[in-house]
Order: sequence, then C-alpha cells, then structure tokens
Amino acid sequence: MTKNKTDVQVREKKETVLFEQQYIELYEQYTDTICSHSATALNAGRDKAFKKFRELGFPTPQVENYKYTDLREPLSVDYGLNIKRVNFPINPYDVFKCDVPGISAYLYFVVNDAFYPTNYERNKSLPEGVIVTSLRQASEEHSELVEKHISKLADKQNDGLVAFNGAFAQDGFFIYVPKNVILDRPIQIINIMRSDVDFMANSRNLVVVEQGAKAQMLVCDHTVDDVRFFSNRVTEVFVGENAFYEHYKLESVSRETTDVSTLLIKQEQNSNVLGNLLTLHNGVSRNNVEIALDGENCETHLCGMALSDGKQVVDNFTSILHNKPNSHSNELFKYILDDEAKGGFTGRLYVEKDAQKTLAYQNNKNILLKRTAKMRTRPQLEIFADDVKCSHGATIGQLDEKAMFYMRQRGIPEKEARMLLMFAFAADVIEFIRIDALKDRIKKMVEKRLRGGHSKCDGCSFCS
Amino acid sequence: MLEIKNLHASVNGKEILKGIDLTVNKGEVHAIMGPNGSGKSTLASVITGNPAFEVTKGKITYEGQDLLEMAPEQRAGAGVFLSFQYPVEIPGVSMVNFMRAAINEQRKFRGEEPLSASDFLRLMREKKELVEMDSQLTSRSVNEGFSGGEKKRNEIFQMAMLNPKLAILDETDSGLDIDALRIVANGVNKLKTPENASIVITHYQRLLDYIVPDFVHVLYDGKIIKTGYKTLALELEEKGYDWLK
Ligand SMILES: Nc1ncnc2c1ncn2[C@@H]1O[C@H](COP(=O)(O)OP(=O)(O)OP(=O)(O)O)[C@@H](O)[C@H]1O
Ligand SMILES: [Mg+2]
Repeated sequence: MTKNKTDVQVREKKETVLFEQQYIELYEQYTDTICSHSATALNAGRDKAFKKFRELGFPTPQVENYKYTDLREPLSVDYGLNIKRVNFPINPYDVFKCDVPGISAYLYFVVNDAFYPTNYERNKSLPEGVIVTSLRQASEEHSELVEKHISKLADKQNDGLVAFNGAFAQDGFFIYVPKNVILDRPIQIINIMRSDVDFMANSRNLVVVEQGAKAQMLVCDHTVDDVRFFSNRVTEVFVGENAFYEHYKLESVSRETTDVSTLLIKQEQNSNVLGNLLTLHNGVSRNNVEIALDGENCETHLCGMALSDGKQVVDNFTSILHNKPNSHSNELFKYILDDEAKGGFTGRLYVEKDAQKTLAYQNNKNILLKRTAKMRTRPQLEIFADDVKCSHGATIGQLDEKAMFYMRQRGIPEKEARMLLMFAFAADVIEFIRIDALKDRIKKMVEKRLRGGHSKCDGCSFCS
Repeated sequence: MLEIKNLHASVNGKEILKGIDLTVNKGEVHAIMGPNGSGKSTLASVITGNPAFEVTKGKITYEGQDLLEMAPEQRAGAGVFLSFQYPVEIPGVSMVNFMRAAINEQRKFRGEEPLSASDFLRLMREKKELVEMDSQLTSRSVNEGFSGGEKKRNEIFQMAMLNPKLAILDETDSGLDIDALRIVANGVNKLKTPENASIVITHYQRLLDYIVPDFVHVLYDGKIIKTGYKTLALELEEKGYDWLK
C-alpha cells in the first residue's frame, strides 16, 4: 500500500498554554465546520459537552478515577484532527483479510473516526430490519431511533474525555437489531488508525438491541502507521428486555497508540450481557466500562485480559450498577505484566437500596513477571441493600515456581513451561468468549503473544 | 549409571546434604530410608536440578555426563524422572496437553520425531490401563483436585508414559491404599528392565515387599550412615533409627 499525503488539519502549536486550551480554541473557531460535517443528533449536544469539557478539562492523575493512568504525556502531543472529514485514501475491504477462520462475521470498518461505506458481499445478507451504518447517516435516516438513545448514557458521565468526545466526535457506527431478531453471525467492526501525521480520532457509536433480540459484536483495534495516535471512543449500548448482547474488544495496536474507550451499557430486565476486553498489544489503554442493570433478573459478565510488556499501560475502570433486584453480575480481569508495564483495575460495584437478592462477584488476578512491572487494583463497593451476596478478590503474584519445576522435571523447557502457565492463567478469561472461531483465534494469538511475538492477525495486511 | 560423590547441598543458606556418596548401576533398585527431615527429598531435588537448592560441593555423574551442569529439562530428557512426594497442582493445564508437551519435548531433546496424535492417544490408553487410572483424570487439569492417592497414581502413570532410565520414587507409597499400592508397585515392576534403575524413597518396608531393592541406604542428617540389603529395611522397621546413631 502506498501512503498518500492526507489533508489533515493540524492545529497551531501553542507551547505555553494548557493542552486543553488548544482544543478549546479549535472548537470555538471551527464549531460550524465540525457541525456541518456531522449530524443533527450529534450536534444537538455538542455545545453542552464542550461546556462540560471546559469545566472538567482532561483528566490528570489527581482526578480520582484516573489516578492509575497518567494521560498528560499522550495528551500533550500535537495531534491532527480531521474535522473537515477528508476521506482517507484507503479501501480496507481490499487490503484487509480478517484472520479469524470460520468467524464469517458481518464486517465493517471505521477508518480513524469515519464509518467506511460498505460494499462487502456478506453484509448484504444482514437479517431484515437490522441496520449497520454510520451514525451520521443514521441520524438522518433513522432520526427518531437515534435521538431516542444518543447521549442518554454519555451525558451522565463526569469524565473530561467523554465530554471532549461529545464536543468533537462527528461520526461513528450505528447498529440496530430490532425486536426478536437473532443475528446469525457476529458483527465485526474494525477500527483502523491510519495517518501520516500524529493523529487523534474521536468517534461516537450507538448500539440498540431491542427486546428479545440477540447480537454479538467484535470490535478490533488496529493501527497502520507508526505515528502517535490518540483514539477516544464512546459507545452507548441499549439492551432491551430478554435481549442478549456480547461485546468483545480486541486491541492489538502499536505502542505509539493511546486508546481511551468508554463503553456504556444499559440493560433492561431479563437481559444478558457479556463484555470481554482483550488487550493483547497496545501503548496506553484505558477502558471505561459502565453497565447499568436497570431491570430485574439481568445477567452480566464482564471480563478482561491484559498481556503487557515494555512500557505498556492498561487501565480498566469498571462500574457495575445494580439498580434493580434479582440480578447477577460477575467480573473477572486478569493481567500478565512484564518489563515496566503498568496495570490498573478498578471494580466499582454499586448496589441500590432496592436491589435485593443481588449476586455480584468480582475477581482480579495478576501476575508480575518482573519486579519492575506494576499493578494497582482497587475494589470499590457501595452496597445499600441488605439481602445481597457480593464478593471481591484481588491477587498479585508471580508464576508458581513449584509448578515450573514440576513441568521442567517432565522435560518441558523453561520457556515453554512459563508459556503454559501463563496461558493457563489467562484461560478462564478466554473461556468467556462465546464465539468458537474467535475463541480458537484468541487462544492462538495469546499463545503467540506469550511466546514474545506481536499478536497481530496474520492475515491482516495492515499490521504485517 | 549414576555416581554421586561427596554431595553437599543447602537451601536458603542452610546445609541439608552433608556429603553423600551413592552409586547406582543399571538394573539396580536402591531404597533410601531415613527419618523425617533427614534430606531424602532434598537429594531427589538435587539430582533432578530443582533450582531452589544449591549444590555447594561434590559431583554427580549420570551416564558419563556432569549432571549438575544440565538444566532440569535436559536431565529429564536424558531419562531422569522424579515421582514427587508432593505432586504439584497446575490449574488450567490439562493432563493431555501436559503429557503431550512432556513426551514431545523429551523426544525433541533426543532428536526424535514428535509422536503422531494417534500414537500418543494409544500410548495414553495403554499406560492408563497399566496403572489402572481412571480415564476421567487425564481429562482434568494436572493434579487439580486429585485425591492424595490419585496424585501418586498419576505420577506412576507419567513415569510409564515417559519411560525413564532412572526413576526416583519419593514416598510414592504414602497415601496409597493396599490395592493402589499393589497396582503402583506392579506398574513399577513392569517398567523395570536390565537397562534402567530406580531409587525408591520410603518409610515403610511394606513397599519393599513389592518392589524388591538390591540395596537399602539409611539417610540420617544429610549423610548416608548405613547401607545394607533388603533385610536392613526389616530391621529398621523393627528398631527404628536410634540404634544407628
Ligand atoms: N525450601 C526449603 N526451605 C527451608 N528448609 C527446607 C526447604 N526444603 C527442605 N527444607 C528442610 O530441609 C530438611 C530436609 O528436608 P527433606 O524434605 O529433604 O526431608 P525428607 O527426608 O524428605 O523428609 P520426609 O521424610 O518428611 O519427607 C528439613 O529440615 C526441611 O525443613
Ligand atoms: Mg521427603
């Protein structure tokens, strides 16, 4: 693939002011441009979000929720933003061969922050009524549906980066699965970051899974170029009564990438949600996940894994809100940290006064392969109901030396024994992948990663 | 086959083995007895290269090679096997994957081709029968949740799979019921050839009724203080160790 110069609008560099100031000026100067290249639904809340961003600013480690991740350095980079929506000269369908054998997903691309128009054959067989399109287009064509949901969850967040996203995001994807429609195969969204200059993408996504419907989402993050990237994505998901929703996030990006992804899910009664965040290779990653169990008898599994070395940072900040009785939630996060990698995990568990008979489990286990690796973990339980079962546990340890010797005594070389133990450690998170083809693929990628390789998808010409 | 000379070893700076001399020839069975804490398991650990133990003095030669220079996995590949006194649980690693890795790594070490999937499964079946091991066990994680006896039987199963030249059985008999003891001993005897040797660590003469030793050594406070024949085991059972001091 030849790299074409892209017309990226680069901000004027102002060394002396706060990082925020540059964006504030950019916004004030270009509000019209931003809006004219976006859509009504997103523009509606833009000024409000901007105001909030002005108040909050970017999160620093002094902000309690961000005390494990210092984003000041990545936020000080002079990124370009593509607010004029210049198309990037790339056809992902031509060059991307997804390497998940047998997954046969409905396949879509988001290049930086723009949903890429599709002509992919398989996507034509989406079940009747299912919509997968750009949020911008959906805002025009399905305005009622979009407006009913958009920003309903994001607006409640008290996070400078979510507010920033509200001010600057111009597009993203929109997925709608109507009542009682069972998607026969997963929807795969591939976020590709590609640019010749340091670049920031803000995208806003909306997923609506109606009553009794079922959808599986696989979001893959890839980077193509070696410049500095900052992606700030906010995804809102509405899961109706009796609906099933699975969300897999697979991150395999360059070390120069900072990704802040906010996933906000609202569950109605009897719904079932599985979230699994797999960070296999990255630079700095921060996942904010908030799942509100707003109906009775909900089931929620939220899992994650981080395999980090070098100076990678992975911080999962999770909130499970039990707002109604009789629901069950289960959280499982595992980290393997090598070199000077830094991990952070926050497990906020909130149980409302009326949410009796809540069952909530939380577990965070970590292996540090070197003394220089660091893990910080904190459960935050706020339980206001009295008839509940909640438990949490966190461990930080090393590989089991006795098991290592046992394996070596049987002839398994040290490196291989380490790999087997680490793989075994990560295995129960992989078990929370309910798409068999993906599960097999992840197993291979994790194994490769644990052997020291960059677990990129082999078939993906972007990363090879 | 194995020659240990003036072996001293310590753990966490504390000397445990204080000058061991022991020679094991092909086809021989050596029993090692001795009170708790005398250093029997430490000796087994040092022979197999457990990095938790430090050899401070002495030499071990195995088939003409300097054993102490070899990594634990190389020793295993060269045919040294330890049936652990306390087999380790490895959650998440299935017995099948573990065994396949072990066998093929050892084959690789010896320059042999890996076993085909069907040959491997056939071997598994055959050896499970030999030690009468429940089929269920091999579909679970290594030793995870196994009963004490099941763990010991699993050690012998692994030994049967790996077909070692020098097998060290560290209290494989403790925790076994009478039937299991007979089965395990039977398994060991069936694996015996004029080409291999074993070192059997035990507290009970009972096991030696099944696995008949050529020599019995008494390890006491890090030294072998007496060596005799099978009758020595009977004597020890009767009189304990005090008379030897
Ligand atoms: N990792 C260790 N750290 C400290 N001391 C140890 C360690 N391992 C063994 N020891 C000590 O070394 C001594 C010998 O232990 P060893 O396990 O070799 O005895 P043993 O003869 O096998 O006893 P038993 O009959 O009870 O199995 C004991 O005093 C034991 O406490
Ligand atoms: Mg012992």
